[in-house]
Amino acid sequence: MSSMNAISAQGIQKKFGAVTAAADVQMTIAHGERVSLIGSNGAGKTTFVNMLTGYIKPDAGEIMLDGQSIIGMPPRQIARMGVARSFQIPQLYHSLTVQNNLLAALAAQQSNLSFLQPAKNAESVARASEILQRFDLLMHADRLVSELPGGVRKLLDIAMALTSQPKVLLLDEPTSGVSADEKFPMMDTVMRALEGSRTTVLFVEHDMDIVLRYSQRVIAFYSGRIIADDQPLQALAMPEVKPYVTGQISADADHA
Amino acid sequence: MTARDATPTRTLLLGSLVIVALLLSGASMPRWLTFLLTMSLANGVVALGIMLLMRSGVVSFGQGLVFAAGGYTAALGFGALGLTDGLLLTFAGGLIAALIAAPFAWLIARYRGIFFAMLTLALSMVLYGLLIKSTAFGGSDGLNMGRVSYFGWRPSDASVGYTNYAVTVIVVGIISVWMRIYFDSVRGLVTLSARDNEIRVEYLGSSVRSLIATNFIIAAFCGGVGGALAVIALGHVEPDYSYWTRSGDFVFVAILAGHHSVLAAFIASIALELVRSFSSAYFPNSWQLAMGLFLLAVIRFLPSGIGSLWVQRWRASTVQRGSA
Amino acid sequence: MPLLLTILIDGLTYASWLFIVALGLTLVFGILKILNVAHGSFYALGAYATASMVAWFASMQLAPAFSIVAMLLAAVVVAALVAPLCERGLLRMFYGRDEVLLVLVTFALFLIMEDLTKLIWGVNPLYVADPYMLFGMVDIGTLSYVGYDFMLVLAAVVVGISVWWGLNRTRFGKLVLAVIHNEEIAASMGVNVSRVYTLAFSTGIFLAALGGALTAPMISVQPGVSVGVIIISFAVVIIGGLGSIPGAAIGALIVGMARSTAVHVWPVAELFSIYLVMAIVLMFRPEGLFQRIQARKI
Repeated sequence: MSSMNAISAQGIQKKFGAVTAAADVQMTIAHGERVSLIGSNGAGKTTFVNMLTGYIKPDAGEIMLDGQSIIGMPPRQIARMGVARSFQIPQLYHSLTVQNNLLAALAAQQSNLSFLQPAKNAESVARASEILQRFDLLMHADRLVSELPGGVRKLLDIAMALTSQPKVLLLDEPTSGVSADEKFPMMDTVMRALEGSRTTVLFVEHDMDIVLRYSQRVIAFYSGRIIADDQPLQALAMPEVKPYVTGQISADADHA
Repeated sequence: MTARDATPTRTLLLGSLVIVALLLSGASMPRWLTFLLTMSLANGVVALGIMLLMRSGVVSFGQGLVFAAGGYTAALGFGALGLTDGLLLTFAGGLIAALIAAPFAWLIARYRGIFFAMLTLALSMVLYGLLIKSTAFGGSDGLNMGRVSYFGWRPSDASVGYTNYAVTVIVVGIISVWMRIYFDSVRGLVTLSARDNEIRVEYLGSSVRSLIATNFIIAAFCGGVGGALAVIALGHVEPDYSYWTRSGDFVFVAILAGHHSVLAAFIASIALELVRSFSSAYFPNSWQLAMGLFLLAVIRFLPSGIGSLWVQRWRASTVQRGSA
Repeated sequence: MPLLLTILIDGLTYASWLFIVALGLTLVFGILKILNVAHGSFYALGAYATASMVAWFASMQLAPAFSIVAMLLAAVVVAALVAPLCERGLLRMFYGRDEVLLVLVTFALFLIMEDLTKLIWGVNPLYVADPYMLFGMVDIGTLSYVGYDFMLVLAAVVVGISVWWGLNRTRFGKLVLAVIHNEEIAASMGVNVSRVYTLAFSTGIFLAALGGALTAPMISVQPGVSVGVIIISFAVVIIGGLGSIPGAAIGALIVGMARSTAVHVWPVAELFSIYLVMAIVLMFRPEGLFQRIQARKI
């Protein structure tokens, strides 16, 4: 139902022993939005992403994907419902070529894995080539993953996530480990690849330049709580957000 | 896999060619050679089962379980139930072995590494322990088996060797062709990718546990068929078929072969059988030494097995460059 | 009553040498993370070396009582000569590789050692029966038991306490424990991990050889003894928990008692019962009865 929100989270609670990873987390994200999740390490954004992808289960609360509850579902079931993710450290098939990585990704999504149909069938190969092209990775198609430079691996990691034409794409620190001059071209490529689709994109990011440039909305975490949920400029300008998230200590703080 | 696409049709064609070539050349081989090849193919298909599991990321140290299950099924079917058809006994061997493995498949598929290896090992040793003390199954002497017939026709003394060989070539050939098609299939690729990165596979929507459980049962079927074929050719089965050293032999073949090429499993099996036969005649006290050194050399210098020598790291590409 | 006592003593005797051997296996796994398929081969080596050593002592007209010294010496020689050779010459090449790969390397080592013992000592069985009567007979109630068996039990207790003490009460032992817990941190704090490995492996081999040496008088020393020993040692360490010392003791006791009971009460179960327990432990409590290492499962 396109009238449903892509993601709707209510009252999410999660504790790991004495550490509160999520305290009454609440958010509503509509289809097609580009949202950044920011916050220092341990603030709760990774925990939220893990709950969204089914890696961990919240202690309390509800998460709905397109109107359907996903609490308690394992990662592969949530993946089939249309949530795809990329990883901070690229999770690739290291002994296969780039093209075969994509073919394998396409294969893994099929509901009835065929014992007979070749993995390298015309349709899959065409689709793989198309994705590689959109990500400017076509020239690497025959290379082994182990031969690829870091930035290319990250792109491949994201490309693999997009093979399923997901409703929601989670990018976990897409530019971490990528050199400064490669960050923008990389994100430009990703955004270009997403053009025309109604994919909802959530990025977990530490780099505020990326946040400002590519997202329309920022949700800031601190100590398991959401302390800001607004457009990027406004959110980043909030006094609560500045010191804890961006590390900027404003001059006013000294006078307080 | 070569630089061309391997479609099921091509695999079937290539496989058929190999089968026909083996059948034709077998007719002019000396009897000891056809027997050796029969045993090598029977053992090879058991190792093929391990190869399938290796492609899933685990190594079974207990194929002796299903090898013995298949062998005893054939012997008992013949001796106790009066079933004389070789094909029926072979299929029964595979089926019973698969049924024995099936209840454990889901549980075993949770484990990896040493624990998977030890659990498969333990199960095969349980069967060994049962067989060696059981009078119903012949105890430590095992069971003997007479000559099988095929579709009612009982081979003569002169033709029995070649007949068993031919049936083995055809049965193992069919399984191998199917296995190659499986390796190249959608399911086969997901299995192979799980070997590299299970997390990715799960997050893309497939269950690795289910893949491994299925492959475990298929490997069991292969092991059972191999066991039945071996016992039919040899005329004898004993508890030793389930002993850990037998399982070790199958692993040896699988490691030597690697996980890339189906053909490699049989080349490795034949090579080992040849070396073993000649060595135990001339160097009875040092062929195991040679085997051990050879295994070390393979692990050190050719860790992906001999199959990796001709499989071009699966680099086949049909990407249309220039038409971007 | 006599049956129960017999079962108990038989079981305890079996458990004793099994404990010594399994202790070596579990130590090597706990410290080097290697599941050594060739462990049984070192047991055999200890038995063979004992046969030679005892014969040599006898040829020098030494009193029979010295055969115990011969056994210990045999085990020490095996450990001192063969262990460093295997660890430095072979295993070191594969450190850090996949654990199953290392199992395969030790499997190759097992194959090599099988033939080496055949080449050195021939294929005929050797008997070292004399030392078995060194401790005479012990009468309990109406039955006589061989004194040697009780010596074995005592030896197992001494070995167990020594190893425990060596790990927990000596300085070097603390270093070893550090390596077990976190090798990287231990290395970065200056622990010579390489030396710990060599010594740990040598100790493990010594224990295997000692097990072989002490049981040599009770068996016929021939090709193939290693094969049965390794598989039952695996059962013991899996049941007790890989890397756990008390686990090796408990595992050995369970296996020893199960076997003894079966032999005297239900012979059919003698073998499969042990592996059934091993399989059940693996299926439901894979870390063993004494938790030390987490089973690798997804």
